[in-house]
Amino acid sequence: MPTNFSLNGKIVSAKSAGDTPLLWVIRDELGLNGTKFGCGIGQCGACTVHVNGAPVRSCQTPLSTVEGKKVATVESLSTNNSHPLQKAWIAHEVPQCGYCQSGQLMSAAALLTSKQNPTDAEIQEAMDGNLCRCGTYNRIRAAIKTAATEMRNQA
Amino acid sequence: MKLSRREFLINTTVAGGGLVLGFHVPELIKAVEKTLVAGTVHTPNAWVHIADDNTVTLISARSEMGQGVYTSMPMLIAEELNIDLAKIKVVIAPPDPVYTNALLGAQITGGSTSVRDGWEKLRIGGAQVRTMLVTAAANEWKVDASQCRAENGEVFGPGGRKATYGHLAEAAAKLPVPKDVVLKDPKDFRIVGKPVHRLDTPSKVNGTAEYGIDVKLPGMVFASLEQCPVIGGKVKSFNAAKAQAMPGVIDVVEISDGVAVVASSYWQARKAREVLSIQWDEGPGAKLDTASMMAGIHAAAATAKVISIKKTGDAAAVLAGATKTVKAEYELPYLAHATMEPMNFTADFRGGKCLLIGPTQFQQGAQGAVAAALGIKPEDITLKTTFLGGGFGRRLELDFIVQAAQISRAVGKPVKLLWTREDDMGHDYYRPMALHRMAAALGADNKPTALTFQLTSQSVTQRAFGLAKDTLDPFMAEAAVAPYAIPNATHDLVIHDTGLRVGYWRSVSHALNAFANESFIDELAAVAKQDPYAYRLSLLGSQPRFANVLKLAAEKAGWGSAPPAGRSRGIALMEGYDTYMAQVAEISVEKNLIKVHRIVVVADLGRMVNPDTVEAQIHSSVVFGLSATLHDQITLKNGRVEQTNFHDYPVLRLHETPPIDVVLVASTEKPGGIGEPATALVGPAVANAVFAATGKRVRKLPLTPENIARA
Repeated sequence: MPTNFSLNGKIVSAKSAGDTPLLWVIRDELGLNGTKFGCGIGQCGACTVHVNGAPVRSCQTPLSTVEGKKVATVESLSTNNSHPLQKAWIAHEVPQCGYCQSGQLMSAAALLTSKQNPTDAEIQEAMDGNLCRCGTYNRIRAAIKTAATEMRNQA
Repeated sequence: MKLSRREFLINTTVAGGGLVLGFHVPELIKAVEKTLVAGTVHTPNAWVHIADDNTVTLISARSEMGQGVYTSMPMLIAEELNIDLAKIKVVIAPPDPVYTNALLGAQITGGSTSVRDGWEKLRIGGAQVRTMLVTAAANEWKVDASQCRAENGEVFGPGGRKATYGHLAEAAAKLPVPKDVVLKDPKDFRIVGKPVHRLDTPSKVNGTAEYGIDVKLPGMVFASLEQCPVIGGKVKSFNAAKAQAMPGVIDVVEISDGVAVVASSYWQARKAREVLSIQWDEGPGAKLDTASMMAGIHAAAATAKVISIKKTGDAAAVLAGATKTVKAEYELPYLAHATMEPMNFTADFRGGKCLLIGPTQFQQGAQGAVAAALGIKPEDITLKTTFLGGGFGRRLELDFIVQAAQISRAVGKPVKLLWTREDDMGHDYYRPMALHRMAAALGADNKPTALTFQLTSQSVTQRAFGLAKDTLDPFMAEAAVAPYAIPNATHDLVIHDTGLRVGYWRSVSHALNAFANESFIDELAAVAKQDPYAYRLSLLGSQPRFANVLKLAAEKAGWGSAPPAGRSRGIALMEGYDTYMAQVAEISVEKNLIKVHRIVVVADLGRMVNPDTVEAQIHSSVVFGLSATLHDQITLKNGRVEQTNFHDYPVLRLHETPPIDVVLVASTEKPGGIGEPATALVGPAVANAVFAATGKRVRKLPLTPENIARA
């Protein structure tokens, strides 16, 4: 039985088995490659997506659990890099190899929907589950603050 | 004798080096090109392609793995081509001798060599094409070339004449490539040396950047490979009946490294792999465990043949007669690379030809290894390099590429092979374990009069490039000779094979030797009852680049003043990859647990191409080195690697990452490499700070609470 849910605002119907991790459904069945596989055990955050606005590890989320829910991936931020987080990521030149950055951006996006002006401690708490082997953490911190400022000014 | 890695590899390995000027244009790149740009493509040399529609594509002969070559290599070409970076596209080069890295003797991305290798070669490449475009314009306008100049994509001539590069490209491509071109005076640089926005960043913030894991081919199937839990073990027999019956499974095939399940989706392949039943011949590796391997290293250090790295004076005699001597031994563990993107490659072997697409640091090696494995010619292999989700030396290896090709051959379809994180952790080519035995004699003035340095470790180069036994491996001797003035010094190497496969790991032997040297000089300062900074400075003599970075680091870190309450500082100094570097770590220790509060890095790397990337690479190297310093070690039991994933091989997280203050020395020296040296130096800087904080000299990494407690 297919699983129906909203992916980046579009209703989709996925045929994969219900116990298939959402990560592989998004990548291999629905063809959105931005969400990455890093560890498969919820330790690295490369596969972070939003389910009903909350950041989750899609490698640990069975497809069946998102029936009727809203799933958002990095592709939902914008395709033209107009989201304040994407702009800040570019301004601060955050990515190096870039492989973890989709997950970083989605964790940061979830943070900024709940905290308009996050403290260092709040940034740390929200981002500590996202590993970056290239060590871009200090630029991530700075870029989140830049994006938060822009989003507050827009509001 | 100073045998540089450059001399070594050019003399002894594949494909000769030399400054390849790019006269020859690979056929392959033309094919790649045509898929990317509209209209006819004209290829004046191996670095520049100009289409009729004025699209200019510049070639990066190096793989982009985070270090920024996708931008810095084109910057060097564009500087002389006189074109704005906003107007160009970039393609990563296919395998071809013209793209050989002259510092490493093959088409390799590694060793912090990209800028050093490309510094002149790529500017010459750009200047050649600029000259050809100007000549083409002058010919068309029947004027002298000296009356024409190339400026941001157009050539201007007398009387207001102008033409785009696209218009001139066809004629320019037919001209002979000029052998002698005049390069700009660096003071006239408009691109090189300026902080430039990376060309790959836009694709890396919206999910469109293509990594190996993202490759898709028509009709492609997915593979998951079970390898022997003991590295080197072979399949004895297997039963695939259950796996064959699982949903989506297309085939189960045996290849040299194990049994692969091939299915119509990755997850189906992975699930079916779990029900494979395989009997292994585990081989001699099954006996390995880390404690006995380290015991073997100690035994080899005491008895095995010594290879001289450098000898000055007679250190043994001075030590024997000295009244004040210091001795110490340092131990370093195996480490995994743990790139964020697990190993993967896509292969399509049909009709005697093989297409390979994926992340590699060694295009030529991939081509050669797959050709050998499949029994075809290298020219029957087309290889396209994607972005790399991290490299750090792991993607110099070819195992996963050969595996993908073998699986594709077995099933007759295009196959994407993807490893799990557990596969990756358990089947790496590990940074070798190491033991340093150090001894020094101090004179009446407390300065060292003699030093003996002996490293015992395993040679990656013997395995990877067939270096002869009992020969000095220059990739084990990096930063072995510290800059301090010591009249009698003996530096020796003992090569000992522990039985586990080893690989080049970010900063290679710099990380081994700098830990021993910079810890030991700190120990000598303590015995001499001198400040570790002042003691080092007093031994630097007339080496201004070393002294300068050391002084600047001390100044930036506030060395002369007391650190904030509860904190302590450690300092370290090294030259690596032609880069001079000093670091100061500011830490606190509570219940043997280290908190790093700040790292200061001063680097003199000569001329820089993109200073913003230089800073990013230093941050990156420090964080990478801190993971190894504080947490990481690979251990073996019954031949099996005990670590499986990030929960038991923890890499640094955001909350542990301190502010990193970077000072870059303005310099007109030739460029040095910056992808690695900071990784090697942060370990001793932190260990020296631990000594300052606790009085405990921890001579074993990682600096875990257990190792600090035992020190």
